[in-house]
Amino acid sequence: MSASKALNLTLKVWRQKNQEDKGKMDTYQVSDISPDSSFLEMMDILNEQLIEEGTEPVAFDHDCREGICGSCSMYINGEAHGPGRSITTCQLHMREFKDGDTIFIEPWRAKAFPVIKDLVVDRTAFDKIMAAGGFVSVNTSGNTQDANAIPIEKSHADQAFDAASCIGCGACVASCKNASAMLFVSAKVSQLALLPQGQVEAKERVKNMVKVMDEEGFGNCSNTGACEVECPKGISIENIARMNREYLSASLKTEDA
Amino acid sequence: MSWVKNTLSSSVGRKFAMALSALFLMIFLLQHFTINISSVMSEEVFNNWSHFMGTNPIVQFALQPILIFGVIYHFVMGFVLEAQNRSARDVKYAMNKGGANSSWFSRNMIWSGLVILAFLGLHFYDFWVPEMVYKYVEFKPEDPNRYYEELVHKFEDPLRVGFYSVSFVLLSMHLLHGFQSAFQSVGARNSKYTPIIKKLGNIYAIAIPAGFVFIALYHHFTSH
Amino acid sequence: MTKLDSKIPQGPIADKWTKHKNEIRLVNPANKRSIDVIVVGTGLAGGSASATLAELGYNVKAFCYQDSPRRAHSIAAQGGINAAKNYQGDGDSVYRLFYDTVKGGDYRSREANVYRLAEVSTNIIDQCVAQGVPFARDYGGLLDNRSFGGVQVSRTFYAKGQTGQQLLLGCYSAMSRQIGKGKIKMYNRHEMMDLVVVEGKARGIIARNLITGEIERHSAHAVVIASGGYGNVFFLSTNAMGSNTSAAWKVHKKGAFFANPCFTQIHPTCIPQHGEQQSKLTLMSESLRNDGRIWVPKKKEDAQAVREGKLHPTKIAEEDRDYYLERRYPSFGNLVPRDVASRAAKERCDEGYGVGTNESGEAVFLDFDAAIMRYGQEEANVKGYHDASDTQIRILGEKVIEKKYGNLFQMYEKITADNPYKTPMKIYPAVHYTMGGVWVDYNLMTTIPGCYAIGEANFSEHGANRLGASALMQGLADGYFVLPYTIGDYLSDDIRTGAIPTDSPEFDQAEKDVKDRIDFFLNNKGQHSVDYYHKRLGKIMWNKVGMARNEKGLKEAIAEIKALREGFWKDVRVTGDAYSMNQELEKAGRVADFLELGELFARDALERNESCGGHFREEYQTEEGEAVRDDKGFTFVSAWEYKGEPSDAVLHKEDLVYENIELKTRSYK
Repeated sequence: MSASKALNLTLKVWRQKNQEDKGKMDTYQVSDISPDSSFLEMMDILNEQLIEEGTEPVAFDHDCREGICGSCSMYINGEAHGPGRSITTCQLHMREFKDGDTIFIEPWRAKAFPVIKDLVVDRTAFDKIMAAGGFVSVNTSGNTQDANAIPIEKSHADQAFDAASCIGCGACVASCKNASAMLFVSAKVSQLALLPQGQVEAKERVKNMVKVMDEEGFGNCSNTGACEVECPKGISIENIARMNREYLSASLKTEDA
Repeated sequence: MSWVKNTLSSSVGRKFAMALSALFLMIFLLQHFTINISSVMSEEVFNNWSHFMGTNPIVQFALQPILIFGVIYHFVMGFVLEAQNRSARDVKYAMNKGGANSSWFSRNMIWSGLVILAFLGLHFYDFWVPEMVYKYVEFKPEDPNRYYEELVHKFEDPLRVGFYSVSFVLLSMHLLHGFQSAFQSVGARNSKYTPIIKKLGNIYAIAIPAGFVFIALYHHFTSH
Repeated sequence: MTKLDSKIPQGPIADKWTKHKNEIRLVNPANKRSIDVIVVGTGLAGGSASATLAELGYNVKAFCYQDSPRRAHSIAAQGGINAAKNYQGDGDSVYRLFYDTVKGGDYRSREANVYRLAEVSTNIIDQCVAQGVPFARDYGGLLDNRSFGGVQVSRTFYAKGQTGQQLLLGCYSAMSRQIGKGKIKMYNRHEMMDLVVVEGKARGIIARNLITGEIERHSAHAVVIASGGYGNVFFLSTNAMGSNTSAAWKVHKKGAFFANPCFTQIHPTCIPQHGEQQSKLTLMSESLRNDGRIWVPKKKEDAQAVREGKLHPTKIAEEDRDYYLERRYPSFGNLVPRDVASRAAKERCDEGYGVGTNESGEAVFLDFDAAIMRYGQEEANVKGYHDASDTQIRILGEKVIEKKYGNLFQMYEKITADNPYKTPMKIYPAVHYTMGGVWVDYNLMTTIPGCYAIGEANFSEHGANRLGASALMQGLADGYFVLPYTIGDYLSDDIRTGAIPTDSPEFDQAEKDVKDRIDFFLNNKGQHSVDYYHKRLGKIMWNKVGMARNEKGLKEAIAEIKALREGFWKDVRVTGDAYSMNQELEKAGRVADFLELGELFARDALERNESCGGHFREEYQTEEGEAVRDDKGFTFVSAWEYKGEPSDAVLHKEDLVYENIELKTRSYK
């Protein structure tokens, strides 16, 4: 644990009272921040300071603070989850910044993710996409066949796992110049398309999920690859290509509902 | 055929169509380049090929309309996608570092595309419109040896050559992203072949536009 | 005096569950459509229960405070999930899983429940695979297992270090399917504020919409609490920031007994605190103890030099190191159970040998150097490098360690900026899981008819100490396979009841109480933030009700928590307003409940005059510092009845009867 010097920082934070409010960037100063603190701990200190001044603290989403729940969602200095790769905001540490830095902190920006308050956005569009087909239609009785009845090639199991490690944080949407949700949707489509259990309804699934994705107002994929760079779990855009294949073959082979 | 309509009205389907038109245009560009480069080597070969392309009925009445449709489709779809993409983010970031995660080319396809569109305007004005007027309005007699002269003549003006060259630099940028992007959009990706596709794409994106610029400069400097 | 009836079915243990399922009443599918069930919490237990109840045909209303059910803290579980599949052919069986779990819980759990858990564990794996959970597989394409937590068989299924995530996403998928069908009505960003009891039955909840601040009434024929544990009473824990006890505490205040609050698990391998700005602690899988050696300096001056950053640990000579677990427990060494390892670390740090950078120096080393050299030598032998230099051996060894623990090492380095391949890791125990919770009978029903508690929220099958990889198992067992059966028995009385009206005086009163409390907070205009009180509560709990407890400390803690609670109600400051998103207001409500629970927790620890599992009373230990259980006096579940102040709570005892397992002393010497 490094014992380097405490930091003094200027923060430019998006403040917005509610969905209707126009919102604006406000400037705050924080001092004496330990470089070992996480970015969210720095936000806690800012909030303590604001409460003491009698101002409303900055609302932001956060929960597990160990990089797995996908709640935290800040756009820091022009990048989703800030500088650094394969991390969420809660895993960003203040040692990444220098004394005297100015830090921009904004919410995810996408029409499909309206701001609820300050840095908190509404990501229920993701839930709606999931409800359209992000599952295997098996009942939960436990009376399925034995778990080892269908062997699964290890490489497929591993690829499915990699796709399944998506935490649904929305960094892909936030980073994409088009606010496209292709990486999120393709990760789920891929996971289930790679496993025999999911293949049975793979065609209907991809069509339904893409349909809801489009309805929710996400942009198109321009294949810039920004999403995979900013994804905290390193999910590859290979999944997007797989989803394109799945979708096109589903369109050719199935009846329209 | 409602499934075609449904597919093409989805985001994935639109990108698929965009990619198909792109792949078609890239093949066309390769063919166009092959003929043009022959002008550097042999006036006769160039005139022969041009004459064939200019008079063959299949080329003129089947392939040419498809090409025109492809060009228009690619542009119109480009604008539609861009408009949709812009509306998908109604409030912009105060601070955004696009360069941290993606190439400038990939984020600015609309701008490189617009420059190419302007170039195409000029190109049509220079070659295609006179050609159409020559053949189908004025019904002049076909002279199989006129193409080389016309070509050389067009590259006399340094301004035109300059604009021509700049446009091809932008085309190169467009292709640097577009080539591999088209493969991704149609779902052609595989850990074994994708690196090769990317390499081929880079070669294509640099070599073809550079070749066109070379042709222009060659004729500009050697025609006197 | 006791009202406790655990409703354990008669008959041999192996037949109890089957017999019970055959005998309980059912609700026919048509009638299920007119029955509503509320589920609070969408982790493994709540998520699986919601999905299954909806699939059976009930109308489910599910609530979570997060913005999506997928974010419940079950997602953070790393290690794995146990199941008695015996795929490895190493002699595992339902009985063995049952036995290990009862023994691991230090004989303070209910036999029949644990047996049922072991029995349904195999269904869980089948179910999860069927719904597309990508468990680890071997090259033959079959499921892989590993051994966990010192048991003698390999029965743990895993998905890298993200088993909890994959299982939760499985539940969430199953839920999503029912949400899409309209069978589950999902209320994201909603917090349960109170339970509504009508004519003695749980009939609904009052919830706050966390976006608009609206106070809403929701009625149902039964209410299921699946809101997780209360580890955050310690402020610093491995729980999520939002994890709270409020839903469980509210049902306790409405009549549900609260069982064994003092049974808390403190996990030995967590990343130590960096200082006062710390907001939460991060756990690292206990699998690290398979290869890491735990030590502190033998000399106090060395420890101090390390703390001050003047001495690098690798410079401390072998003979100046104290491998205290290997010294104290020669046969189990670094692999002693969680509770034993945690207490030993605390003992060394309390004596002044800690190497942490925080005020109290709380950290010990977890050193992989020996393992790196051992594996490196093996590799060198295999590859035939007979005269490999130390440097070459080290490089080979680091590669082996990277394969086994790469992601954990990476996580450690991200957080601490220290390279654990070169410098020993620093670890310290942290609060991780609470075995105590709402008391439930065999049907998982609390002492309020129609109010159920599942998963970590109930007092569960883990007794006084939970074994690794069994929390996920219990959550899913309760939600997928137990509750959906047992709840039918109760609901079969409600097929003609019709929708429960929300305009009854009971709803009026509950809503008024909730609104009054919110008004109080917002108008209090006190001095201190909510966190100010939460941090103080955490310090009292950690210092006096933590890994080692004694009568004096517990009495002090009770008085201090009471005083802190009074201070809180007098002087807390909550900014913002009631009718918008207000995260301070959310925290205030949760901390208010922790301030009550904390006191009951300490009281429970004070009443239990023995050491067992996670509960260690300094008065009850051997000369070598080992726990001394009192089976004669304390083989019971402490179930507390709410009577106003925590000090007025009434203790009820549910005697634990062991018919199938003989009580023995755990020894790891």
